[in-house]
Amino acid sequence: MKKISSGKVYSGLESDHPTRKSHNAWIRGTVGRRQFIQRTAAAGASLVIAVNFSAHTVSAAAAAAGKDFDPNAWLEIDPQGKIALWVSRSEMGQGVRTSMAMILADELGAKWDDVRIEQADADSKYGDMVTGGSSSVRNSWDPLRKAGATGRELLITAAAKEWKVPRTECVAHASSVTHTPTKRTLAYGALAPKAAKLPLPKDVPLKDPKDYEIIGHPEARVDGPHIVQGKAKYGIDSRIPGMLHVVVARCPVFGGKVKKFDAGKAKSMPGVKSVVEVPAIEMCTPFGFEKPKPGHLNYLRSGVAVAAETTWQAIQARKALEIEWDEGPTAQESTAAHWATAADLATKPGTEKTKVGDPEAAFASAATKLEAVYQQPFIAHAPMEPVNCAAYYHDGKCEIWVATQNAQGVLAGAAQALGIPTSAVTVHVTLLGGAFGRRLCIDYGVEAAVISKSVNAPVQVQWTREDDIRHDYYRPINHQRFRGGLDSKGQLTAFMQHIVAPSADATFEGPDTPDLGCTELAGPQMQNGTVPNYLLEYSFLPTGIPRGYVRAVDPNINQFPLQSFIDELAHAAGADPLEFRRAVIGPGRKAPPKKEVKEGEEAEEFIDTERLLRVYALAAEKGDWGKPLGPRRGRGIAAQLSFGSYVAEVAEVTVGKDGSIKVDRVVAAVDCGKIVNPDMVKAQVEGGICFGLSIALFNEITVDKGRIQQSNFNNFPVMRITDMPQVEIHLLESNQDPGGIGEPGVVSVAPAVGNAIFAATGKRLRRLPFQTAGLAETS
Amino acid sequence: MPPFEFEVNGKSQSVDVTPETPLLWVLRDSLNLTGTKFGCGISQCGACTVHIDGAATRSCVTRVATVAGKKITTIEGLSPDGSHPLQKAWLEEQVAQCGYCQAGMLMTCSALLAENPHPNDNDIDDALAGHICRCGTYLRIRRAVHRAAEAGAA
Repeated sequence: MKKISSGKVYSGLESDHPTRKSHNAWIRGTVGRRQFIQRTAAAGASLVIAVNFSAHTVSAAAAAAGKDFDPNAWLEIDPQGKIALWVSRSEMGQGVRTSMAMILADELGAKWDDVRIEQADADSKYGDMVTGGSSSVRNSWDPLRKAGATGRELLITAAAKEWKVPRTECVAHASSVTHTPTKRTLAYGALAPKAAKLPLPKDVPLKDPKDYEIIGHPEARVDGPHIVQGKAKYGIDSRIPGMLHVVVARCPVFGGKVKKFDAGKAKSMPGVKSVVEVPAIEMCTPFGFEKPKPGHLNYLRSGVAVAAETTWQAIQARKALEIEWDEGPTAQESTAAHWATAADLATKPGTEKTKVGDPEAAFASAATKLEAVYQQPFIAHAPMEPVNCAAYYHDGKCEIWVATQNAQGVLAGAAQALGIPTSAVTVHVTLLGGAFGRRLCIDYGVEAAVISKSVNAPVQVQWTREDDIRHDYYRPINHQRFRGGLDSKGQLTAFMQHIVAPSADATFEGPDTPDLGCTELAGPQMQNGTVPNYLLEYSFLPTGIPRGYVRAVDPNINQFPLQSFIDELAHAAGADPLEFRRAVIGPGRKAPPKKEVKEGEEAEEFIDTERLLRVYALAAEKGDWGKPLGPRRGRGIAAQLSFGSYVAEVAEVTVGKDGSIKVDRVVAAVDCGKIVNPDMVKAQVEGGICFGLSIALFNEITVDKGRIQQSNFNNFPVMRITDMPQVEIHLLESNQDPGGIGEPGVVSVAPAVGNAIFAATGKRLRRLPFQTAGLAETS
Repeated sequence: MPPFEFEVNGKSQSVDVTPETPLLWVLRDSLNLTGTKFGCGISQCGACTVHIDGAATRSCVTRVATVAGKKITTIEGLSPDGSHPLQKAWLEEQVAQCGYCQAGMLMTCSALLAENPHPNDNDIDDALAGHICRCGTYLRIRRAVHRAAEAGAA
């Protein structure tokens, strides 16, 4: 793959770095069959090691299929001793550029200061680059350690040969190898050219966790100094010589199209260079890069693009466009109708996903019966950096600079939309100014590529906040009907959950996908095997509103209603909510796999209820569970396993006499396995709690006549510093493999707060965001 | 119309744009000072905050015509080398996650400290009530402002 404009384009990435160039030459050159960890000397005298993140699980299958492994990242040591790691996952605040490097550096025996992080361009050779599902550290934990250890062993061997001494007398530490008996040392840089010529060792030893020097310590994030000086480069900061600034007027109704438009006035405005139509191109699926199935909503948003010298000129000229839309059938949709349809579907039989025992009969004969409906609206992602993309199409090639969680998706989608081979597209990944799942979607990248071709110039397509909120892929609206039965002793004997929602996957795959509902169903598990009669049903709620994946995804959507209804059952049983949960969970054990999980889903293999009980206990202890609180104050608790980590949270709230909800304190107990960077783990949980509180208290997207009614932070409010509770995070020590941490902190907040509101007022809130009406003190 | 002249980070600048152009886009698109961020365009999120004659101001709703002859400081000019006590405190507390909103936070907090060298939590909250951080770094921001205040007093 030839770069279109290497060295001329300022993207904020280190594309001019000499090592980067040799790296690019190597990855784009002919590489033979790769081993799990591959070392090559092709990049001159450097020691280069390729890593395959999934090899530890798929190596046998891939070998059987006769496929090469696809490396995700490369380690390189140059003769000057500089150590580079190419990171194929996107940095969106979760600190992955730091934590992935820490894992590698520790096993390598490198001095942390010698390590430099390089952001990888989109390339199939990296395997899957999708940054989501809190997966970066947990998927790279084994392979990065093996890559580091392989490098370390090669360097030790090179030193031993140099000194003609036994390897066993040599140790690697702080970027150099020491011959212990004679105290001679050789630096990694000096050893790298020699190590590069050695055969790869097999079965390299990994460090004993007690010997970790970097892993487990709070390292500062590598991008911090640039961030505080305004030097960090996000997608919005991409600059291409001669580029035009573009905004697009998109059809206000999803699926609608431009019927005709008059650009006369807009074209006469200052700085305007070009006005072009953006067609509703069918895009490939964002993950499989395949043609979507019938009924999907995976189209570029039809509209009219205005290209000008500055962003402001483009925004002004857009206002002068006269466009007639063919709004299409979604113009008939409204939120009120969505809720009405969902309520109707919820009382009819849905698709049975899991059934244990005879839940209907058990419910009918229960001593105490509870029924409840929980509702959650559409919500937008609203990352601080509104989506945007810079692209330059010319001479049959396209180069793209974009803040994306899905660089390969942008590459595939752009190539397809432009009708050029993927080898003619280059995608550079910038820093992401937040993402939360919005940047898994490829629409804004494909759109910029298409517009660059139409206006025949490099472009930066900027979405305003209004564009960002009104043309999102929303967290799906969700209606759940619960029925639960208790026996005369207050034991849970029947539990039925019926989820009505438009699957996020159906946006991209169409409603006929056989796994429809999986995105909603991966998270609602009872997380136990002790309910003798259990039913989980799903009904598809049809809508033309595009849905996507919002931080913490299905566990978050499902744990709010589930953990709230469990709380209802506990109170109905006259039990302490924590004790009731303990009874439902049962003894500590590895609970059986969830039956509803389909292949390829982000799902846990089993639930270690001992770990779940342990986080409950720690959160309860630190969160003063059971201790008295003043009037109109209450505590709530919730916990779950999600994304490989166990998190329990206790929320303390005060409900004002006017009904206002103030979350005073949230105490979290976290077991995320082996912790790579404890401070970053805490930051993710703190941030996750804040994100979850935005969903619990503020976020709501509504639809009228097929249009999104919210537009900016004035009517789509989010948490501010004045809303922030005191947050305490307690991390459990563990040597289990790392779990994810970007998302699990989000999940328990809403139910913990809802349960606390009930404890404070006796009023159960079953709809997000929590409505304060009805909470006021009545005299 | 005449070009608008003002000072940015100690340097004289002259831009030839329409008078209603927001300072934000002048900084970003005309002067290529991209440290100042676009977040909402309607003074709701604070990402675009700069100092105009020392006062923290939302550049997204500040017409360029109103800053003629004034002194503007952006995040790039907060210190020559990242040595402002707040910048140091931000790193010590590891405040930033994605970092996108932090330039605005720093500009508001530096104006706050200039006026009130020892703010309490309420002072900090009042100053930052118009800012949004979607990553949820608020508690660390408070701690960093206190740390910078202590460093400034030392």
